[in-house]
Amino acid sequence: MNCFEIKDLNLHYGTFQALHHINMDIAAGEITAFIGPSGCGKSTLLKTLNRMNDLVEGCKITGSVTLYGEDIYAASDVNLLRKRVGMVFQRSNPFPMSIYDNIAFGPRTHGVKSRLELDRIVEESLRAAAIWDEVKDRLKKSALSLSGGQQQRMCIARALAVSPEVLLMDEPTSALDPISTEKIEELLLTVREKYSIIIVTHNMQQAARVSDKTAFFLTGEVVEHDSTETIFAMPHDQRTEDYITGRFG
Amino acid sequence: MGETVKTKKKAFERVMQSATWAAAVITIGVLVLIVGFVLVRGVPHLKPSLFALRYTSDNVSLMPALISTVIMTAAALIIAVPLGVFAAIYLAEYARRGNRVVAVIRMTTETLSGIPSIVYGLFGGLFFVVALGWGYSVLAGAFTLSIMILPLVMRSSEEALNAVPDMYREGAFGLGAGKLRTVFRIVLPAAMRGILAGVILAVGRIVGETAALIYTAGTVAQVPSNPLQSARTLSVHMYSLSSEGLHTDEGYATAVVLLVLVVVINAVSARIAKRLGGGDK
Ligand SMILES: Nc1ncnc2c1ncn2[C@@H]1O[C@H](COP(=O)(O)OP(=O)(O)OP(=O)(O)O)[C@@H](O)[C@H]1O
Ligand SMILES: [Mg+2]
Repeated sequence: MNCFEIKDLNLHYGTFQALHHINMDIAAGEITAFIGPSGCGKSTLLKTLNRMNDLVEGCKITGSVTLYGEDIYAASDVNLLRKRVGMVFQRSNPFPMSIYDNIAFGPRTHGVKSRLELDRIVEESLRAAAIWDEVKDRLKKSALSLSGGQQQRMCIARALAVSPEVLLMDEPTSALDPISTEKIEELLLTVREKYSIIIVTHNMQQAARVSDKTAFFLTGEVVEHDSTETIFAMPHDQRTEDYITGRFG
Repeated sequence: MGETVKTKKKAFERVMQSATWAAAVITIGVLVLIVGFVLVRGVPHLKPSLFALRYTSDNVSLMPALISTVIMTAAALIIAVPLGVFAAIYLAEYARRGNRVVAVIRMTTETLSGIPSIVYGLFGGLFFVVALGWGYSVLAGAFTLSIMILPLVMRSSEEALNAVPDMYREGAFGLGAGKLRTVFRIVLPAAMRGILAGVILAVGRIVGETAALIYTAGTVAQVPSNPLQSARTLSVHMYSLSSEGLHTDEGYATAVVLLVLVVVINAVSARIAKRLGGGDK
């Protein structure tokens, strides 16, 4: 089963075409990695999946993107879409408030009021993001007091708190040290059963370690999209092989 | 050759260093001189009768003026702060970039903030006092002051909102929060410190204002019992005392109280800012 089906997607920023004829099915319940050189459109495609591009002036999109069969650009409720398709950003972005309030912001947005329920969600999300033990005694403290790696895991917990179906992650570990990165990779492997995950990464080993499928992008096109094993062991396209073996970009 | 360049550079450095040092000393010196002068002339004349609840020409009490200052400041803020902050929210969060109207509004506020306060006073006198028939009153004074500080509040709020990183907005939108919730729950609290800094500046202008008040709030030296009565703030009170020339000593004593008031306001607002910034760095 596919969560996203992308058909003939073209995206323009003003007059610049950033994505060309993207056709791609993204399997549900798996981790898909987007790889490719800088500026090839990975983040751009990621942002079309939760309509974050709506915020960019002059961004035009043609083609269709469906989430479990529903056209996300035809649907009127963007906020509901973004609840179903969560996002973790490259630079961790905790809100300047307590850890608890950070996690509870999403559920509160979607109408959860009961204190008990919120407490439960906060604990569950922080546990899922493997940071509960580190923060359980300081939930009322500012989230900005956390270390960079902790902040990013807290942001993952915050995204999980609204129980999304899909999690989009744009280079979530690129600003982190190896140990924090490892922790996040481990947590990805533990939450993969419950969520479909799409992760953009510049780190080949990371893609190889965590993902089931890998898509290789070049100048706004998907060159190859296949099981991670195939992509790394015997890519069909010469350009993919060149990229993976480090012969360019 | 290289040596002379080096010595020249060193000499230049020394000159600049002395210049900055001298500037700092002069600035502090002037401040100390003024404060010292006011304290020396004023403190000996602080006496209980100056704080009587009713003003008479014998006791020249400053208490009614002190109370009026608080009332006037509060009233002007109640009018100007919500208006200024909401306008800033519109400009910073809702208006599209490069919008003509926004450009015009920005230019207008910039111009308005450069106008001398006497002009506001004359306008308030003509409009609120005469045209609307409010007479010399707290209400007319407060409205005039609020127009005067509006550009300041608006501008500083807008700057504070613009300084909130887009990351916060993206984070909130990414969780499915709508525009309204994002603006009021995430962006506005994050900008609170900056907004407050603008409000504090505005309070400073109000407390120090005379020209805009003389033609609008009048100079009655009693505590006003309703908004349509005239009242004088501490600054106006001081102005009256010194222009009459009969109670110069009491004038200095009043200046001491004004000084203390300003220090108290700054301390209180610093504390509020600190508390508001609890979630901040
Ligand atoms: N808001 C925007 N306005 C105009 N052009 C943009 C905008 N965002 C991205 N682009 C352009 O679109 C192209 C794809 O950008 P994108 O951010 O998707 O690349 P990326 O693959 O994520 O790169 P990186 O690995 O460096 O993050 C780039 O050429 C970029 O300059
Ligand atoms: Mg990117």
